Amino acid sequence: MSLNRKDLLGLEHFDKKDLQTVLDSVKPFKSLFTRSVKKAPTLIGKTVVTLFYEPSTRTRTSFEIAAKRLSADVVNIAVNTSSVVKGESLIDTGKTMEAMKADYIIIRHSLAGAPDVLARNLNASVINAGDGFHEHPTQGLLDLYTMYEKKKKIAGLKVLLVGDILHSRVAKSNIWALTKMGAEVAVAGPPTLIPSKIADLGVKIYYDLDEAIKNVDVVNILRIQLERQQENLFPSVHEYVELYQVTKERLGLAKPDVMIMHPGPMNRGIEIASDVADSPAAVINEQVTNGIAVRMAVLYLLAPKKRQLRMTNDELRTAKNN
Amino acid sequence: MTQVILDSKAVNKAINEIAKEIVKKNKDISELAFIGIHTKGVFIAQRLLEETAKLLKANPEHIPFGTIDITLYRDDLDDFGSDMPVIKDTIIPFDISQKNIILVDDVLYTGRTVRAALDILTDFGRPKCIQLAVLVDKGFRELPIEANYVGVKYESKENIKVECVEIEKEDKVILLK
Repeated sequence: MSLNRKDLLGLEHFDKKDLQTVLDSVKPFKSLFTRSVKKAPTLIGKTVVTLFYEPSTRTRTSFEIAAKRLSADVVNIAVNTSSVVKGESLIDTGKTMEAMKADYIIIRHSLAGAPDVLARNLNASVINAGDGFHEHPTQGLLDLYTMYEKKKKIAGLKVLLVGDILHSRVAKSNIWALTKMGAEVAVAGPPTLIPSKIADLGVKIYYDLDEAIKNVDVVNILRIQLERQQENLFPSVHEYVELYQVTKERLGLAKPDVMIMHPGPMNRGIEIASDVADSPAAVINEQVTNGIAVRMAVLYLLAPKKRQLRMTNDELRTAKNN
Repeated sequence: MTQVILDSKAVNKAINEIAKEIVKKNKDISELAFIGIHTKGVFIAQRLLEETAKLLKANPEHIPFGTIDITLYRDDLDDFGSDMPVIKDTIIPFDISQKNIILVDDVLYTGRTVRAALDILTDFGRPKCIQLAVLVDKGFRELPIEANYVGVKYESKENIKVECVEIEKEDKVILLK
């Protein structure tokens, strides 16, 4: 069982087999949560560094819990956005972490491609925890797993992504994963927030939510990034609510067993009606729980090779002299 | 080349013998529980449970049953590199404390699998005791671990494979050379 790579940078380069490997690996990790001792010794002695150049609570915490439940040591480094940072200093930060014997580096960065730069320059496994508008692969995997767990399949599922597709790395990772697994994916939102090129990825575009939501199995609601309003990408929050809020009434048009997802953090009353967020159809908290299990599976599948292989020349010389 | 160590009849006989021994040593059926180690240990544990229930004239569904996958507790995960072993689910749907656990595997060799299984059970609770049952003991232990119940002793460093009706359509134990 293998992902055949040292890093998890995005789902664009995952094939169907890789996605299935992850889906098949999650459950044993989730079973650990129901035990009195929720920890396994799998990654004992390994070091995980989280390097976040953008604020995050849930993703960072989720990775930290995942790593700790596998007995790894976790170091959290928060970098102020202000110190960002040319390519070179990013690599230097990574090299410093590696000199401290980090086995995994989990990075979030406002620039798309920053994790790739790090991955190319380091022996440590690099995991992308969100880069610019590019990808957020572990969120894509946990969304995929949550659908798979509840609906028992992905192929043929009708999945609708609603909201700000343009700025959403979650949407992109969802689209890569879902289309490869054979789901029918559609996006809905204001024209200014949907890149027209997105159709090339095999998704349908709707500007009318009532039309888009008809007969879907899953609605994945993306966060409206309120700071974008200043860029005049949508006229007003009020108008967005009128046209694109996912409400009980609109969900009446979807399949009766429709599942509601949201990657968080939610703006209740904006992209999602409060009663929808609390309805039995919503699996938003389940996504958070699955997020930990999926990240444990990813850490396991990318597990580093033997330590001897990673000794530097200097260390080998010292070891010989002793 | 393969050589048959136990044929289907001999496998069944060995399982029956072990079940008899288990009954002899465990008088109180209310404290008995079976846990099989993935993959083949699970099938053998299931059969031992049924045989034991038959001997005790008990309903097999009343005897607790669980499965263990030792992957996350292996001591050699560093050797796998990017090709990690497939993990199966560990399901122990009962409280193991106050139970006499019959831990079951197909082959006992180095003892490392059993070491990992014992660590997992410790993370689930504190059983009254753990007894080990194996179909084949092929010797050459690397850890101080011994089985309480052994179907057949066959000292060998060669690859011994247990085949089960559930997977290979026929019960047998073969030596692969």
